[in-house]
Amino acid sequence: MNPVNYLYLAALLFTIGATGVLIRRNAIVVFMCVELMLNACNLAFVAFSRMHGNLDGQVIAFFTMVVAAAEVVVGLAIIVSLFRSRHSASVDDASLMKL
Amino acid sequence: MSGLAAYSTSGGEAFQFWVLGTVAVIGALCTVFMRRAVHSALCLAGTMIVLAVFYLANGAYFLGVVQIVVYTGAIMMLFLFVVMLVGVTAADSLKETIKGQRWLALLCGLGFGILLIGGIGNASLSEFSGIGEANAGGNVQGLAARLFTTYVFAFEITGALLITAAVGAMVLTHRERTERARTQRELAEQRVREGTYLPPLPAPGVYARHNAVDIAGLLPDGTPSDLTVSKTLRDRGQVRDVSQEAINDLRAMEQRAEERLERKAIDPPTFKRAEEASK
Repeated sequence: MNPVNYLYLAALLFTIGATGVLIRRNAIVVFMCVELMLNACNLAFVAFSRMHGNLDGQVIAFFTMVVAAAEVVVGLAIIVSLFRSRHSASVDDASLMKL
Repeated sequence: MSGLAAYSTSGGEAFQFWVLGTVAVIGALCTVFMRRAVHSALCLAGTMIVLAVFYLANGAYFLGVVQIVVYTGAIMMLFLFVVMLVGVTAADSLKETIKGQRWLALLCGLGFGILLIGGIGNASLSEFSGIGEANAGGNVQGLAARLFTTYVFAFEITGALLITAAVGAMVLTHRERTERARTQRELAEQRVREGTYLPPLPAPGVYARHNAVDIAGLLPDGTPSDLTVSKTLRDRGQVRDVSQEAINDLRAMEQRAEERLERKAIDPPTFKRAEEASK
């Protein structure tokens, strides 16, 4: 087996995550799908790091994790405050700016 | 794996890849297609654990452990907490707001996946150099050397990002009270003025045999009263209805008595009365 298979798996997971973002309407599940996409990218970075034989890919994956953690904190806070004001976690309900 | 270029990994790793890769894809699909947010979160946690194993297999020992500690340990638990806070109405509605949006989204996803995988397939990636040489001085040491020399500026920016995120979360979830909290007396006066429901709400579970919060109290005519159970349980559809149980018991007892007395059902009046009471 060639490590390129990890890239195929990462592409598949990223696609599933992207499809989930488009399909689901629950903000929490949409957010989970975004996390899935970030994880797929990390897997691709780690696989690239191995294929090229240096650690730069792993460092980038590490930074991605840090940014994902910060993003989760802020995103979930937004979802909670949205739920407080609208009593729903559906992304369809947050349409105040729509004409 | 210390050679300069290799073409294939060990058979054990291939086996691990195919087994765990299947698990990861199934977990990802379940994340997208499960109706309840809690199930999605648990499936995603499974996928992340599998990815941690893949990191370890790829020689990223530090990232593998960090993945388990940070992602499955911290982030997924944060998700579960929010599902707990928000989750009463967390099941998705299946009504489409934009017509045909779901099929279009699936089509887009399919096209995107074909594009990505075709791109990877076109690249000539038959040989790879392996991480063994880069990991020779230890994976954590190597990462630390990179992090504190080449990437030191990005690392410090990361600190600023984390502080901003923490402050942002606090600002977003903190609620400043703009008006004085109403006292009990004012609330009582308001209730009297509105004249909707004056006394305190009746207690749940006021039924001779059961005593639980998920059982609605019965009105004099035997129907369950919605006032007695909390709104959360009603929204989740977890209210148990026991109003029929007494009648069913009575019916079963009568049947047993009839069997013992070897009396065939000749006098239906008692039966009919029980059914009328249930209506």
